[in-house]
Amino acid sequence: MKYPADPLLTGDIDLTVVLIVIGKTIVTFALLLVAVMLYIWFMRKVIADMQNRIGPATAGPFGVLQSVADGVKLFFKEQSMPTSADRRVFLIAPYLSILPAFLAFSIVPIGGEVSIAGHQTYLQLAELPIGVLWLLAMSGLGLYGVMLAGWSSGSKYPLLGSVRASAQLLSYEAAFGLAVVGVLIQSGTLSTRGIVDGQAWTGNWIDGIRAWYFLPAIVAFVIFLIAAIAETNHPPFDLVEAEQELVGGFHTEYTGIRFAIFFLAEFMNVITMSAIAVTLFLGGPAGPGLGFLATDGTVNVWLMPVFWFMLKLLVLLYCTVWLRATLPRLRYDQLMDLGWKYMIEIAFLWIMVSGLVVIAREEDWNLWIVVPAAAVGAAAVYGVLYASMPKRHELVEEIK
Amino acid sequence: MSDETRTEISTPSADEEIRDLETPAELEEARLERQTDEGAQELRPQREVVLTGGPWPELEGEGEGETMIINMGPQHPSTHGVLRVMMELDAETVVRAKPIVGYLHTGMEKTGEELTYVQGATNVTRMDYASPLGNELVFSMAVERLLDVEVPPRAIWIRMLLVELNRMASHLLFQATNGMDLGALSMMIYGWREREVTLRLLEEITGLRMNHNFIRPGGVAADLPDGWEDAVHQTCEQVEAGVEEYDRLLTNNPIWHERTVGVGLITTEQALALGASGPILRSTGFPWDLRKAQPYLAYDEVDFDVIYTENGDCFDRFRIRLHEILESVKIVRQCVEKMPTGDYRVQDRKVTPPPRERIDESMEALIHHFKLFTEGFKVPPGETYVAIESPRGEIGCYLVSDGTGKPCRLHIRGPSFYNLQTMNVMVEGRLVADAVAVISSVDPIMGEVDR
Repeated sequence: MKYPADPLLTGDIDLTVVLIVIGKTIVTFALLLVAVMLYIWFMRKVIADMQNRIGPATAGPFGVLQSVADGVKLFFKEQSMPTSADRRVFLIAPYLSILPAFLAFSIVPIGGEVSIAGHQTYLQLAELPIGVLWLLAMSGLGLYGVMLAGWSSGSKYPLLGSVRASAQLLSYEAAFGLAVVGVLIQSGTLSTRGIVDGQAWTGNWIDGIRAWYFLPAIVAFVIFLIAAIAETNHPPFDLVEAEQELVGGFHTEYTGIRFAIFFLAEFMNVITMSAIAVTLFLGGPAGPGLGFLATDGTVNVWLMPVFWFMLKLLVLLYCTVWLRATLPRLRYDQLMDLGWKYMIEIAFLWIMVSGLVVIAREEDWNLWIVVPAAAVGAAAVYGVLYASMPKRHELVEEIK
Repeated sequence: MSDETRTEISTPSADEEIRDLETPAELEEARLERQTDEGAQELRPQREVVLTGGPWPELEGEGEGETMIINMGPQHPSTHGVLRVMMELDAETVVRAKPIVGYLHTGMEKTGEELTYVQGATNVTRMDYASPLGNELVFSMAVERLLDVEVPPRAIWIRMLLVELNRMASHLLFQATNGMDLGALSMMIYGWREREVTLRLLEEITGLRMNHNFIRPGGVAADLPDGWEDAVHQTCEQVEAGVEEYDRLLTNNPIWHERTVGVGLITTEQALALGASGPILRSTGFPWDLRKAQPYLAYDEVDFDVIYTENGDCFDRFRIRLHEILESVKIVRQCVEKMPTGDYRVQDRKVTPPPRERIDESMEALIHHFKLFTEGFKVPPGETYVAIESPRGEIGCYLVSDGTGKPCRLHIRGPSFYNLQTMNVMVEGRLVADAVAVISSVDPIMGEVDR
């Protein structure tokens, strides 16, 4: 399948185009920063509500400026560094952590195709033919910031945190990638715009929602959500910075704005991952327009897709906050078990089953035979795999 | 001896020492000596690999068995105050663990010998600060036994009411911190919310939220305030609702099970050998509760159950404490029902002060008041040991009197101190995250450990 290139860059490239690209970059950057600020406020407010507290209430209306106040405070705080730290790496690590978070967001389609200053363009920063691979690369790179921060601190708790980080992120990277393949099988393209186009709104609610990939790739969707939560070090998988065990984990020795950058990166990753989930599984900006307005009017072209995207994003973000407020933290070995013994196998089998179904559809095989046969086959394979896995209590016996 | 001679004598011996230590055998011996130094509080690594200069072909496979000593505490988010645990880690597995105590030692037992029996309760109440009324009760009961004073029934029932309310508050605090230690942050707030309710009631009755100094030798400091029955009932309802909520939130939560079931195992034999009591002992299937085993106050007149389980893991200790809150609610309700009328302290003016208004009218009352609050009362010579069931286990008071107004020796058997000894047994061979769960389930109060 040919990927849909951004119409802005297909024609001649003049100054206007360059300015539009620069403008889009600045807007995306600002959007993400503001979104993080609002997300932190939103998270604190929702958790406070769940915990019978008020939450931030003094800075600005409803405390919405609390994140700004915290940021300003942290910016002007004295910064310290352990004498045993590896200076250069210690200083670089926060930026290594925040940069991929920004870059990963650049491929997310926020809205539809719009016209700016006479140029048609997509409402997204970059439209890459390998968009999904870019995402995987960036989420992998994000690991370095966390790992190097812990490693370079020259202190024991951060070291434990960074070892946990590398193990956890690597194992979930695998399940994460395999879950994404579940979508790629459906979409047949790596480009995020292509994936969104494949889920475009078809006019009525039933068909429109059925076009979204979360239904045909339901198992991949669940695995994606779990893996994304683990990838972003979000509770209940926040072992890397488990406060009760490792004090602060990898950022124990960080202070001031460098500490704030780690937090910024973490929340930014949560937003980016939710946005990716919306793009891959929930149709991105797809959604009904306002019927009483012209379909090519400003509202329906500009606003409604962005509105639907933000609404879906908000729902997912609310779920992450809900998790944060509710669940206890998993233990390190349990997290590894979940990743290696369940999620990766199930994701693999799902790829096979859904691949078979897609081929069956194309070749016009009888789906009533193919689907149950594939399901039974997958269950049998998983049963064999599960039976051959060493069980944890056996391992414990062995250690004893 | 002149300076010169001294130099001559000391120099060769120092040289000798350095030469000796250069041989590998000597180094090994010195290392072993350090390692087996039982008197030292700190853990030493069993095996040290010192890397100097590169490359190290001889160190192929040397990483095997290399361990790291890590200090958890005294400043750490989940060591409940100032507990310090030195752990030897092999990757994340705890090979050895050693609790190091004493960071909150303020010499309270020694201070107790300098304070009169009237002042004594203010001192002991600060030991187990999560259940201060239990400390006051055990101290007062010890003093009363030496004095051979019979406390009026209303005082007994008020004491029981207060101690059970305090047990609720203490176990609610445990629910909060246990949830927090395992990462369930909302649980922390929920636990504190209900604890706040009980503390508010205690404040209404005693005037203070903590360190009440309300249970004193001879009775309690004041009668119950007006309308206390309604306040108690209201509190009970709120606490019951809260406990039901925790039950829904955690008891069947799969992650909670993963984190606590089978973690921190201990057997009855081990627990008894290490002197553990309270929920830790009861979690091993040994239904030992002093309220039933050797009833004091009026515990033989109220109906309640001793909660115990069979598995001896963190989950069981969580469940036991959860259900003990409900048992305490049951006892508190019966206290309201059966509360007798009468005096709330003995009317012996040699032990308890006269009412405030009598001081203005009676010379004798004034003298009694003055004597009591300046030099206290004299206790006949003798020694005694009184034990009660605090939320954490058997809290005992050993009191020796030499016939003066101050104790000759005051010792409190703090259950936290003995329970803390079981920590190493439960932690060794487990992961760091389990160590946190175990420390949390021991529920140590450092003020009581260090006294």
